[in-house]
Amino acid sequence: MPGQKFGPAWFPGLIAVGLILCGGLLAARSRKDVLVAFPAWIRSPRAVAGVASVVAGLLFYVLAADWLGFYLTALAIQIVWMRILGASWRLTLPVAVLATIVIHLSFYKLLRIPLPWGIFERFAF
Amino acid sequence: MTASVLSQALAQVFDPYVLWVIFGSALFGLFVGAVPGLTATMATALLVPVTFFMPPVPAIASIVTATAMAIFAGDIPSCFLRMPGTPASAAYTDEAYAMTKKGQGEIALGAGLVFSVIGGLFGTAVLIAAAPALAEVALKFSSFEYFWLVILGLSSAVFLAIGNPLKGVVSLLLGLLVSSVGLDNPAGHPRFTFGNAELAGGLTLIPIMIGMFAVSEILRGVAAIDKPWEMAQAKVGNVFRGMWGLVKKYPLQTLRGSVLGTAIGALPGAGADIAAWMSYAMSKKFSKEPQKFGTGHVEGIIEAGASNNSALAGAWIPALVFGIPGDSITAIVIGVLYIKGLNPGPTIFMNNAVALYAIFIVFILANLLMIPLGVAAIKSAKQMLRAPRELLLPVILLFCIVGAFAINNSVFGVLLMLAFGIVGYLMEENGFPVAPAILGMVLGAMLEENFISSMIKADGRLTAFFERPIAGSLGILTLAVLSVPLIRAFFRTRMGVPGGGAKQ
Repeated sequence: MPGQKFGPAWFPGLIAVGLILCGGLLAARSRKDVLVAFPAWIRSPRAVAGVASVVAGLLFYVLAADWLGFYLTALAIQIVWMRILGASWRLTLPVAVLATIVIHLSFYKLLRIPLPWGIFERFAF
Repeated sequence: MTASVLSQALAQVFDPYVLWVIFGSALFGLFVGAVPGLTATMATALLVPVTFFMPPVPAIASIVTATAMAIFAGDIPSCFLRMPGTPASAAYTDEAYAMTKKGQGEIALGAGLVFSVIGGLFGTAVLIAAAPALAEVALKFSSFEYFWLVILGLSSAVFLAIGNPLKGVVSLLLGLLVSSVGLDNPAGHPRFTFGNAELAGGLTLIPIMIGMFAVSEILRGVAAIDKPWEMAQAKVGNVFRGMWGLVKKYPLQTLRGSVLGTAIGALPGAGADIAAWMSYAMSKKFSKEPQKFGTGHVEGIIEAGASNNSALAGAWIPALVFGIPGDSITAIVIGVLYIKGLNPGPTIFMNNAVALYAIFIVFILANLLMIPLGVAAIKSAKQMLRAPRELLLPVILLFCIVGAFAINNSVFGVLLMLAFGIVGYLMEENGFPVAPAILGMVLGAMLEENFISSMIKADGRLTAFFERPIAGSLGILTLAVLSVPLIRAFFRTRMGVPGGGAKQ
């Protein structure tokens, strides 16, 4: 920026210098450490599947919610999560349906958040 | 404070709607606090979208009540499961569990409740007394003083964090980097936007906080899904039995815990968890019977239990007076205050006196309400701790999605939440404290703005930061605080002892 000593690049530049310095110091201090270490839960198939399904489910919501609508998307990811984490079908179905309906009604009706309807637009209330 | 302001504030709090909000938030806070893996900060982040459509007083009241209850309730699973309900109880989890094993679970639970209430009320009293006095002084502050305050806050966040301070600095810098995204900088120049309209508006803090405090905890919970919770048996009758005796036996410990807790709470970046660790250590150091610590001795629970609840109120002092959060909870609260038109700063006492005193009253009310509801929570602890995690975690996650979406009505918020959830998880697993990052995000804009406007006023002369009396003192204080660890590290290397890196 002309005529000004401290422009918009100054602050991020300072942060970058700090990060380089700290990164260098941390790297120098931890030469003895292993480069990549896995946590203990990597040995549990259910834990790995659970963590993967949380990430995948959230990504699925981001990509699909506008198209499939809140009800279908939320129900699908809830059922997948609960099943992977080890809940029985008998508990999964009622809890997932109830949670989806209660959260939808309280946010859509009470708090007036425009949760997407997607392909169910004509059933909107 | 005039009588009319007080009566108006009382009328605002003792309104049926507000009382219902307080009651509901109290139950929510007790549950979130009592279930391991759900924290007080998470409760705050999840409450924000719900408070969007409330008037200012109930909105703030719900957060104040829920967090106070959650920090107390965090003590409950320590006794039954040997797991802290929130990080603020971690310091004395083993102690409380050892008491249960000795058959003194009732005393541990009772002490947790009674001294939480005492600590909470003490912190509230300090908040009510100190905040207006500090605001008088702060009215004279200009951009030079605010610049130093922000620097002081950021450095205390780094040095008070548990573990390696260098990792704290990295965390802080990452937070500042996040704050610099978008058009909202003194030059109005787009930074790190990559031509994306969502990024041009800057990164919205609430989805980030839901990610860092809720999603990362859920990831941790899911990763530990195979570990069963083993419940220890404790007979719980009258939790108040023997409490008066403890109050009379440990008055100094109670006072010391409350004072230290309030102070740590008021220091930016350090909250109830660090307050509890420091108070527990201090209690052990000054105890007449330090050998009993760790074997199920109530003294440390008393001091640290009072400390973490007093820290909650202490954190509101800098948040209200300067807009500088005292802990992660108030870092979220500051955003809510702006949304509700209660802009933090010294003028809040003139412009919003009624709402402010209503908040103070809510603090007192929440701590008193803790007595009956706390007893009920202790009695129903077994049911709460039996809540099936495989159903609870997915439902909370759906709640997070809706909350992150609701802030801007855009799925970009959900994406942001996911990204920062993963970042938060990886940071904590590798010993990078999250609190400095949050503080950096909240204060980044304030830091840059006050620096640039000071430099414009002073025509680029850096010495101007020391030319005003208060700014100069604050500046020298900051430099002193900053140089202490450097000097210490210098002498340590001179003496041939390897420096900080060993402490992980």
